[in-house]
Amino acid sequence: MSAIFVVARMTFVQAIRRRIVLTGLLLGLCFLAIFTIGFHMINTGSMTSLAAVGSKGIQHILDTEKSSGLFLAGLYAVTFLAIAMAALLGADTLAGEINSGTIQVIVTKPIRRSDVVFGKWLGFSGLLGLYLLLLAGGTTLSILAQSGYVAPHLFAGLALIYLESLLILSISMLCSSRFSALATGGVVFGLYGLGFIGGWIEQIGAVLQSQTAVQVGILTSLIIPSESLWRRAAYEMQSPLSGLLGISPFGATSVPSLLMVAYAVVYLLVILVLTVRVFQKRDL
Amino acid sequence: MPSVLAIETTQLRKVFGDNAAVKSLTLQIQQGEVFGFLGPNGAGKTTSIKMLVGLITPTSGRASLLGAPLGDRSTRARIGFLPEHFRFQDWLTAREFLTLHGQLYGMERRRLTVRIDELLERVGLTSFRKRPLSTFSKGMLQRIGLAQALLNQPALVFLDEPTSGLDPVGRILVRDIIRELRAQGTCVFLNSHLLSEIEVTCDRVAFISHGEVVRLLELASLNNGRITAVLRVGNITPEIASGLSTWAEDVLLGGDHLTLTVKNEVALPEINRYLVEHRVAVYEISPKRISLEELFIETVGTEGGL
Repeated sequence: MSAIFVVARMTFVQAIRRRIVLTGLLLGLCFLAIFTIGFHMINTGSMTSLAAVGSKGIQHILDTEKSSGLFLAGLYAVTFLAIAMAALLGADTLAGEINSGTIQVIVTKPIRRSDVVFGKWLGFSGLLGLYLLLLAGGTTLSILAQSGYVAPHLFAGLALIYLESLLILSISMLCSSRFSALATGGVVFGLYGLGFIGGWIEQIGAVLQSQTAVQVGILTSLIIPSESLWRRAAYEMQSPLSGLLGISPFGATSVPSLLMVAYAVVYLLVILVLTVRVFQKRDL
Repeated sequence: MPSVLAIETTQLRKVFGDNAAVKSLTLQIQQGEVFGFLGPNGAGKTTSIKMLVGLITPTSGRASLLGAPLGDRSTRARIGFLPEHFRFQDWLTAREFLTLHGQLYGMERRRLTVRIDELLERVGLTSFRKRPLSTFSKGMLQRIGLAQALLNQPALVFLDEPTSGLDPVGRILVRDIIRELRAQGTCVFLNSHLLSEIEVTCDRVAFISHGEVVRLLELASLNNGRITAVLRVGNITPEIASGLSTWAEDVLLGGDHLTLTVKNEVALPEINRYLVEHRVAVYEISPKRISLEELFIETVGTEGGL
């Protein structure tokens, strides 16, 4: 059995046994329940008032816009939950095991240190994939069941959100291979916050047509491309109308290019290689 | 004797910042040997072991295990390691824990299953095999850790303080296991504070201080070495006492106590016979071997242990 697979499975079992999966599942179900109730109330509550206003055609457009807006708001929250999960999983794994000494009996086996890094990364990627599938899938189904709305380019959008969570996981593991779990958490959330602020500066700059603000935003995305992945995902999944209007709090006004997505993929790979390098050189 | 050394190090050195944890370690350990590594706290024992098993990169110097340079992956399949301060994956049961580590060794499944049963039995944990490690006592963890280090039937085992946390029964178990390993031709590198333990299990010991080997000792030679004996006697004259120089050195008479040093304990009955023939009343002869502890203090001094 390949060592990477052994480590990946160990990582998976660890997450289940240490109740990380259970906690995530319960919180995820809570989120879905609240989202479903909220959507139901908005959906039925506004239906009558709007029905009085216009024709069926306008009504349909308004319904779609409402569902689309709520769907993106829901996915925005899902993305944040997935990122928090990725940051926490990554922060504890190497730093925690180096600190406790557990790592000593693992890396002295006839395996490569890179097997440990890749195995853990794969295990966590699997977990994050399942977590996203539950939350984003639940959100999609909840809206589909209540209003029949399905966002365009759903899978492309979800793939981009997944990529964002993997990016955060990788950065978290890189820091974790060198710093303590606490310091890692600080660095990762700090970086994420930077990306978040940069994203908003770019958005507002685009609305106000300030080229400098947009460039600041792009520069931040180069430092940490997480937020631009979300904005690309939101762009893919937004309704055609809000795309035309270009105004949505959770959508994307200044759309990150596909080049930025490719940059994020390369960024992730470089981070993984660096993690292996740092972990290989570290005295344990 | 096999031609390939189990461990060979040449001026192995590790510096952390300004502090040389290991100054210059030069060792040659034969396969099948049980080798004790002694020194006060902070002498660089654990750092040395960590360099050998590949956890720490040496600053300079060379070393090889079983003929292969440090870090060779296929060689690690023939090495076992029980670290000093360990915490294992405590969300696993004893059996799952050993299975995981056997898989990391790349062991084939059927061989692993048999081996795990054998080892659980050997360390006395068979009835606890389905219990999670989080419920284990320190002694039980030490036992499962030892089983982990022996899974792959290694040619070379590093045991860093294997008896810390063990009760007397556990210590005897470890001692017996080390003897079995020696009988199987496994080289054991034992790092222990318990000198009496080293004394009964090891073939050779190295005293290390400030990251250097200050003395290498064959324990067999320690036991066959010089013996100081104290005799309680009556009716002895200085003339009779001086006649003892045929067998003994440093003969010292003080009251009814006679202290002398012999090269071999065979001399003691000869001395007894001589004294009786000269009508000296012999009440007591107490041979005192120079213990490892005395040698330790003599070699390393008392300033250690910080």
